[in-house]
Formats: sequence, C-alpha cells, structure tokens
Amino acid sequence: MYVAVKGGERAIENAHTWLAEERRGDKEVSELSIAQIREQLSLAVNRVMAEGSLFDPDLAALAIKQARGDLIEAIFLIRAYRTTLPRFGCSQPVETGEMSCDRRISATFKDAPGGQVLGPTFDYTHRLLDFKLAAEGDVAEAPVAETRTQATPHITGFLQGEGIIEQEPASNAVPGDLTREPMSFPAGRAVRLQSLTRGDEGFLLGMAYSTQRGYARNHAFVGELRIGTVPVEMEIPELGFAIEIGEVELTECETVNQFKGSKTVPPQFTRGYGLVFGQSERKSIAMALVDRALRWEELGEDNSGAPAQDEEFVLSHADNIQATGFLEHIKLPHYVDFQSELELVRKLRREAAELAETLAAKEAAE
Amino acid sequence: MKTTFSAEDRKGWMSLLASASEVRLTELWRDCGADPDCVFLRAPEVGGIMVRGRMGGSGAPFNLGEMTVTRCALSLEDGTVGHGCVQGRSKAKAEIAAKVDALMQTDAAASLRVAVLAPLAAERQAQKDARAAKAAATKVEFFTMVRGED
Repeated sequence: MYVAVKGGERAIENAHTWLAEERRGDKEVSELSIAQIREQLSLAVNRVMAEGSLFDPDLAALAIKQARGDLIEAIFLIRAYRTTLPRFGCSQPVETGEMSCDRRISATFKDAPGGQVLGPTFDYTHRLLDFKLAAEGDVAEAPVAETRTQATPHITGFLQGEGIIEQEPASNAVPGDLTREPMSFPAGRAVRLQSLTRGDEGFLLGMAYSTQRGYARNHAFVGELRIGTVPVEMEIPELGFAIEIGEVELTECETVNQFKGSKTVPPQFTRGYGLVFGQSERKSIAMALVDRALRWEELGEDNSGAPAQDEEFVLSHADNIQATGFLEHIKLPHYVDFQSELELVRKLRREAAELAETLAAKEAAE
Repeated sequence: MKTTFSAEDRKGWMSLLASASEVRLTELWRDCGADPDCVFLRAPEVGGIMVRGRMGGSGAPFNLGEMTVTRCALSLEDGTVGHGCVQGRSKAKAEIAAKVDALMQTDAAASLRVAVLAPLAAERQAQKDARAAKAAATKVEFFTMVRGED
C-alpha cells in the first residue's frame, strides 16, 4: 500500500527561518560581509572555486556565507549556480609559463633560473597559535625588493633539453568535458585531470598519501610548484580575434618521478601534473601524485592493484558533491522503502518461528 | 566619425576593460563625461566560459573549470558597434566596456584613452609591480659555507 505523506511544509519553512537566524548568530556580533570573506578567508574561497569548478571569488564568498562555512555545502551552491550559466565558449589553454608568480619553488634544483620565491607561505611558520590575531591591529607592510622582468621558465623545460624527462606531446586536440558528457572509462588523461582538479581535496590528499606509503609506488619530487595569475584569452567570434577576458589565480605542480624505461624508451623521468584554481598548494601536489599513479598503463608499468591506480575507483569517488548527494540522501524519508523491508523481516521471522515450532513438535512426537 | 585603429590596439583596450575593477571603471567612465546614445544589439548577459590548461604546462589541452563572464554588444547612432566582454557578473561593467569599445573607434578615442584607459593601465601595472616586488623580497638568497681543505 502506498500512502502519500504531506504536511511538512510549515515545519520546513520554520526550520529554514531558524537556519537563517542561526546563520546570523549573535546579533551583538557584527555581520560578516562578502568582501570580508573574500579578502580574509581567501583560501576557503579558493577551495570553493576549485571544487565548485567556477572562478568567481565574490560568488564563492557568498556561498561560504550562505553555507555557514560548510565548504562542501558552499561548493554545492556554486555547482548548482554554474549549471544556470549559458556557456559562451572555451578559452585558449592558459600559458602557465608566463604566470606572474607570487610563489615559485623547486625541490629538485636549488639554483633554478628565476630562483626560489617563497611567496606568502605557511611553510616555516611554527604552527603556534598567534594570540595577537585575536585582538584587532594593523599588520606590518610586506617588504619589497627589486623585481625581475623576465618570465619564470618551467623547471621541466631544462630537463627536457637533456631528453632526460618525458616530453608532453604538443597537441590541440579538443579535450573531453565531463560537464557535458557523462564520464566513461577509460576516461583518458584530459578528463582525468578535469575530474581531479574539481575533486575533493581531502579525498585526493588521502589517495596521494597512499601512493607515498607504497600503494602504487612512484616516488615523486616536486620539480616545481608555482602560484600566481595568468591571463585568460578567448576568441571573440564577432571580432575574429582573441582578447584577454580576465585573469585567474592558479596553483601548478609538476612532479618528477622515477621510470626505469621500457623496451622502446630509455630510462628517464616521468611527470605528474596538478593545476588548480586559486592558491591550493596541497591540492595541486596531491593532484600531480594521483595523476602520475593513474598513468601506469600508458607508461607500461605494473598494476599493483593499488586504489590510486584504479581510474574507475578514483574518478568515481573524487567528486564531493556526487558523494555527499548520495550519502546524505539516505537521511531523507524512506518510509515506504523501510515499510517493505519491515514487512519482509516480519515475514521471515514468522516463517522461522513456524519452522522452529514444526521442528519442535516433530521432535516431541518422536 | 570613425578613426583607424589596429586589431592589436582594440585587443589591448578590450583586454584592459575586461579585467578592470567595476568600481574603478564606473568612476572613470562617470568622470570622463561621455554618455553616447546607443542601442543594444545584445543586452548585457551573464554566462561562463570554460578555462583550459595544458597537461604538464605545455602538452595537450584539458578543461580546468569555468569562470564567469558578462558580454554585451551595442551600436552608436552612427552605427559603430562596440563589444563588452568582461570577467565577472557585472552587467553595468559590460555595458560601459562596450560603450568605451565603440567610442574608441570614433574621434572620441584620444580623450577616452587619456581619461579611462591610461589610468586603468597604469593602475593595473602598479598593482602587478607591487605584488612582484613583494614576491621578489621572498626570494631565497643561498650562500654556501666553504669548508674545503684546498
């Protein structure tokens, strides 16, 4: 029997009104502005843009405010908004070699041309709570130094000169887009990278860590990590030429990994690649490690059965909106489903009891 | 009246307008006093574009994620067509960008260049330089301890 249940409207409405009140918190405390979130919680904003897969700091800040700081909920809001936007086109691939770098480090070459530029990093801080931040106060201005005018070259470019690292084959092939066609496997590296860059940071961190601990061994060096802004160029059909339509902040990580060579390729280094919206260092390193682990087949390596080598496993579980949608839906009313389960279990129990009774009667008769 | 300009020139001002801050562009536009009559060919419209990257920074393209963009097209009374195609979701900014683009193709170009484009370009460069200077101050200067026996 199916019974339609109605009547939750008022409860839902009141719950949402209370939610709004709780979101605001104590009214004695001044309200957060979108600009404050954008400027002062910028790494949270960056994460929402990266995993929401939409670069718009103001929107991400609004989503964080609306979601009361629940970043996955904020990412959900951004993803939902994103689907309402008409797609005007695609940019030309961004040139990360021409990035205006805030930060650029290499763990492989001390004297890399362009230097080791630390940027505004948490590295080398003592991770001690700074109680001065609990009080309002002015911050010291960052020191400045004379700048170089040349672009900062990619580290892998130097290794490529020697042929000691694999070449990235140049191509202008149109990449698959998982927002347009459902993912199918094998997905190919382009769709893999798209899936990883919008994937959950925590999930990728865990996967990448597993490769470091020996599940799919691929010892990685961070050949280069850079953070900065790049212009985004897009062809305007009405004009017949490309303009810079804006600028995005990106974090790029290139790993250099061991490779013993194959029948056709001499021993050389191989590469993993991470590129993420915003300042998202942990995520881009994790992305590069997972990208490299997933490349085992094309590099002729053994499948050790590690989770990080399993494309279907990694890509199907990296998306936190898919995951949270499926996970959290089980808290919503399943009254009818459960009613049928209840009927079934009762029936089985009845049958088991009857059987036990019959057996007992039989035994008594004997 | 139309003036001559190169595609490279136009690309330059459109790019500058695209990433200008809405507040600053509105201010400069208001102060320059130009307010041409025009009709929309395409009313300001918010959308997104897919930003692409390259594998390994130099290889085959892949889709990185989208960014918000607002576009608009209009024509002046003399038929000059201006396009605004700007980052973000501001319809007002796209409209101003389209008007500036249109006027830059007329004999108002010289005064607009001085009143709107030059300050935008200078401020953008100053912002970039300021960040680069702070980055430069965090560059590691290694020094080696000599401990050889020679």
